Amino acid sequence: MAGPMTITEKILARACGQESVQPGDFVNARLDLALANDITAPLAIKEFEAAGMTRVWDPEKVVLVCDHFVPNKDIKSAEQAMLVREFARRQGLANFFDVGRMGIEHVILPEKGLVVPGDVVIGADSHTCTYGALGAFATGVGSTDLAAGMATGEVWLRVPETIRFNYEGEPGRYVTGKDYILYTIGLTGVDGALYEAMEFGGGAIRALSMDGRFTMCNMAIEAGGKNGIIEPDAITEEYCRGRALREPVMMKSDAGAEYARVIDIDVSSIELQVARPHLPSNTVPATELSELKIDQVVIGSCTNGRIEDLRMAAEVLKGSKVHPDVRTLIFPGSQLVYQQAMKEGLIDIFIEAEVAVSTPTCGPCLGGHMGILAAGERCISTTNRNFVGRMGHTESEVYLAGPYVAAATAIAGTIAVPEEVLA
Amino acid sequence: MIFEGTAFKYGRDVDTDVIIPARYLNTHDPDELAAHCMEDIDKEFVDRVQPGDIIVAEENFGCGSSREQAPVAIKAAGVSCVVAASFARIFYRNAINIGLPILVCPEAAGDVQSGDRLSVDLDKGEVVNLTRDKVYQADRFPDFMQEIVAAGGLMAHVKKRTQSGGENA
Ligand code: SF4
Repeated sequence: MAGPMTITEKILARACGQESVQPGDFVNARLDLALANDITAPLAIKEFEAAGMTRVWDPEKVVLVCDHFVPNKDIKSAEQAMLVREFARRQGLANFFDVGRMGIEHVILPEKGLVVPGDVVIGADSHTCTYGALGAFATGVGSTDLAAGMATGEVWLRVPETIRFNYEGEPGRYVTGKDYILYTIGLTGVDGALYEAMEFGGGAIRALSMDGRFTMCNMAIEAGGKNGIIEPDAITEEYCRGRALREPVMMKSDAGAEYARVIDIDVSSIELQVARPHLPSNTVPATELSELKIDQVVIGSCTNGRIEDLRMAAEVLKGSKVHPDVRTLIFPGSQLVYQQAMKEGLIDIFIEAEVAVSTPTCGPCLGGHMGILAAGERCISTTNRNFVGRMGHTESEVYLAGPYVAAATAIAGTIAVPEEVLA
Repeated sequence: MIFEGTAFKYGRDVDTDVIIPARYLNTHDPDELAAHCMEDIDKEFVDRVQPGDIIVAEENFGCGSSREQAPVAIKAAGVSCVVAASFARIFYRNAINIGLPILVCPEAAGDVQSGDRLSVDLDKGEVVNLTRDKVYQADRFPDFMQEIVAAGGLMAHVKKRTQSGGENA
């Protein structure tokens, strides 16, 4: 008889054809999807071919997205992207996304219904954990793991212990999923959930939109987590309707499931958060940094590049101009997000505010291109990492925040909360 | 397997962005990657590292991105082994998968100083500090991972499993 299990354990048990699994078990799980991008795919392809493999296990289920250094930023990245394109064509991959069709991988995979609740997904990208927001098991791996996954349709995994986070209470005005997750990483530290599953639940999570849930699960890796996960509910169902390409399998943690730890968080006490350099766990209330001058603002990425994020930015920027000393860049996460923003008039608001709006790309998030910082420069960004040199020079600084704080800062020129710039 | 080399000691949370900055990820050539290894945390590393040397670090080594270029750069720079109090999850998998020996050894991480001569015995899970005449006990790999390492990395392991049918499954 199987004892009570967490949602993570249930998904993994199903994927390895067992009635139950326990934390610490090593399992071979069947994959529903395997993902790589223009940085990680070239190595995976090399490994795949060097091992004499000729065909991927399922051309419908291997997804390749060129998003990091495209549109090609230089000759070398053009050559890497070419390798990916040629492999995708050779293998007849149904889901290869290139310039014009692409968006940031973790925005477009859910958007296109490629990931559904109950799935097991690996991606050669650490923020693959984003899809846990749908009630799927999704985790980041390296290129060799991905090569093996492409060949066999399986991945070896150690079943993780789960930490349960319960969020209750009414959030303050402008407090979003980004503030919840930054606050949480501030509590746990960057390795507080090392190798573990982070299960987010409670009334405040059930009240959170899908976009807010993606933002939270996206940053599970910033606490060292193996996956972030949220039990699917009516909001998940609504999101899947009309887009899920497979039948979702909605699972929930059993009553009495065992957790390594349970952490209760009262969201009514969470203020708007900012993570100072050089770790995502260096969080403080935004109001404590109000003197800090900023040179660049970035709004976008797989953390906060969805339509709701752009709506938040527009709510603050509408009718204002960004500070003359600040360069503000907005990166919609996908073509669909871009188009929706256009329909809603958000792009007009941004351009009138003197913001540069870009085609979807990872761009400055990883210091790739389109917004690199010089020594001594400071950026506030809705992305997920503020490591040394992450966005450019090793003597530049990145502060992490949600779209409301980023947009308010763009207008003020110093770190600000919306109340300070909205009359 | 036994390795001997000089220790390069780092603190906690050494992330993959400082091990190999994203600005160099427009290539996957190991030698090019090695030329920039650790550049953003230790500019002299590349000039000073000798074949066989050993990186020793505190908790959460290799946190951040999934880039396999991080262990690849370390290995191609000539490092024989990385010893840390703990490793970030994806780095740990990647190192095993590409055949970069790693050991979890909080004792060594707390005691070793840069410049110490170390000898590491992978099979015994033992780190010997030749400079300070001390022995530290490390965790051994779980059997499941020993299998992968013994096969010569994950792809070789997969190949062995799928070879029966000729073409891959
Ligand atoms: S937006 Fe940033 S964090 Fe997300 S996939 Fe791209 S580089 Fe990685």
